[in-house]
Amino acid sequence: MVWKIFLFLLLAFVSVAGISFPIVENPQTWYQFPLIPGLEENAKIIFFHVPTAWLTVIGFLISTIYSIKYLRKKNLDDDTKSYVAAQLGLIFCILATVTGAVWAKFAWGSYWSWDPRQTSIFALMLIYGAWFALRSSIESEEKKAALSAVYSILAFVTVPFFVFIMPRIMDGLHPGSADDKFTPSGGPVVNFKMNSNMLLIFFLSLIAFTILFYWMWNIGYRSLLIKEKLNKKIIRG
Amino acid sequence: MKPFALFKKDYHSELRTRYAINSLAMFIIVALSVILFSIGNEKVPQNLTGGLLWVVIFFSAMSGLSRAFVSEEDRGTTLLLQLIAKPSTIFNGKLLFNLILVFLMNIVITLLYSALFEEFIIRNIILFLSTFFLANIGLAVASTIIAAIISKAGAKGTLYPVLSFPILLPLILISVMLTSYSMLGTSFDQALVEIMVLVCYDIIMLTASYMLFDFIWKD
Repeated sequence: MVWKIFLFLLLAFVSVAGISFPIVENPQTWYQFPLIPGLEENAKIIFFHVPTAWLTVIGFLISTIYSIKYLRKKNLDDDTKSYVAAQLGLIFCILATVTGAVWAKFAWGSYWSWDPRQTSIFALMLIYGAWFALRSSIESEEKKAALSAVYSILAFVTVPFFVFIMPRIMDGLHPGSADDKFTPSGGPVVNFKMNSNMLLIFFLSLIAFTILFYWMWNIGYRSLLIKEKLNKKIIRG
Repeated sequence: MKPFALFKKDYHSELRTRYAINSLAMFIIVALSVILFSIGNEKVPQNLTGGLLWVVIFFSAMSGLSRAFVSEEDRGTTLLLQLIAKPSTIFNGKLLFNLILVFLMNIVITLLYSALFEEFIIRNIILFLSTFFLANIGLAVASTIIAAIISKAGAKGTLYPVLSFPILLPLILISVMLTSYSMLGTSFDQALVEIMVLVCYDIIMLTASYMLFDFIWKD
């Protein structure tokens, strides 16, 4: 219970701070953010958009870890955990895509422009979509679990290409891509222009969203496991 | 020698019906003519032709390569194969067959393509050939392992491109980039990073496929 209250306070603080703290050219007090050239007020999206994109990958990672676990132990509970993680990952994937597109309209002038990171979040969405399509096409529980586990691992090994390699070798509009004129060499925007309070709130936001994800995942798979147990009881009479 | 025996068996049964080869050849012609009809007399920008080449290659691969495993399921010979050979042997044999099919198919596509599109001029042949070679290996490996998944799942035809596209996307994106580089005449050294990414993709896919094939095959 304590950690739920803590999570509530953390998320409340992050939301308030992320939205209301002013961006000024020379930060004087602790609640002022520095001005990042090329981003200005638009920079505030980092507190909400980046965590959703982060959770998309985390959801996929957890799904793959439980897929590996399933293939080793053949325990259907692991498949349920993997399924719920992928469901949540898809939700956050859509959130990241939509928030990113809305932001891009104001920062770059159009909702979609096939920036490498837009391509990669789109590819992740395709992977999730294909994964659910594969699951829905198989009737038998064990077969479904085994094949979707294999596909999830196979898809996961391509994720580093989308998340780490593509944005760095292809030209793009995202802050920190290969030809970003405000940064000497490509890389995440975090390293160089955010001051310490901005970094602190960014990482607090990441932590808060990760805990939120864990909570949602926990409730999700527990309710599914109970549902399965009840179904079995009804069948046995 | 066992993988080679499996390959020979596939080769002979393919020659008997010529199903995959005929349908692939027709698919290539259909796809190319659709593109040609839609272009008409318009002038096509150069880098668009490089991208369209990979569109034709991707969809041709999707139309023919799932045969390797689906045909075994159709004929009901999967159990027999499981009895007489190890999973890795089966995968090797099927991969060999698909590799040769992919190379044949893509050579035909590229030759036809460069004959039909005047704007498709390769200025750096070595870069294009190495892209072609590495991309074909990646395409064959990824499509073989996904064909194995598909053959065990219920819906076979429509699911194959859906499952393959996200897996093949890094390969296709890098190949399109490298093809446009070789059309611009970029030197090999400048494109080395992208070539390396392609090599990494091939190695990762090959390793993952060998590790995962056991779980698909023995259910």
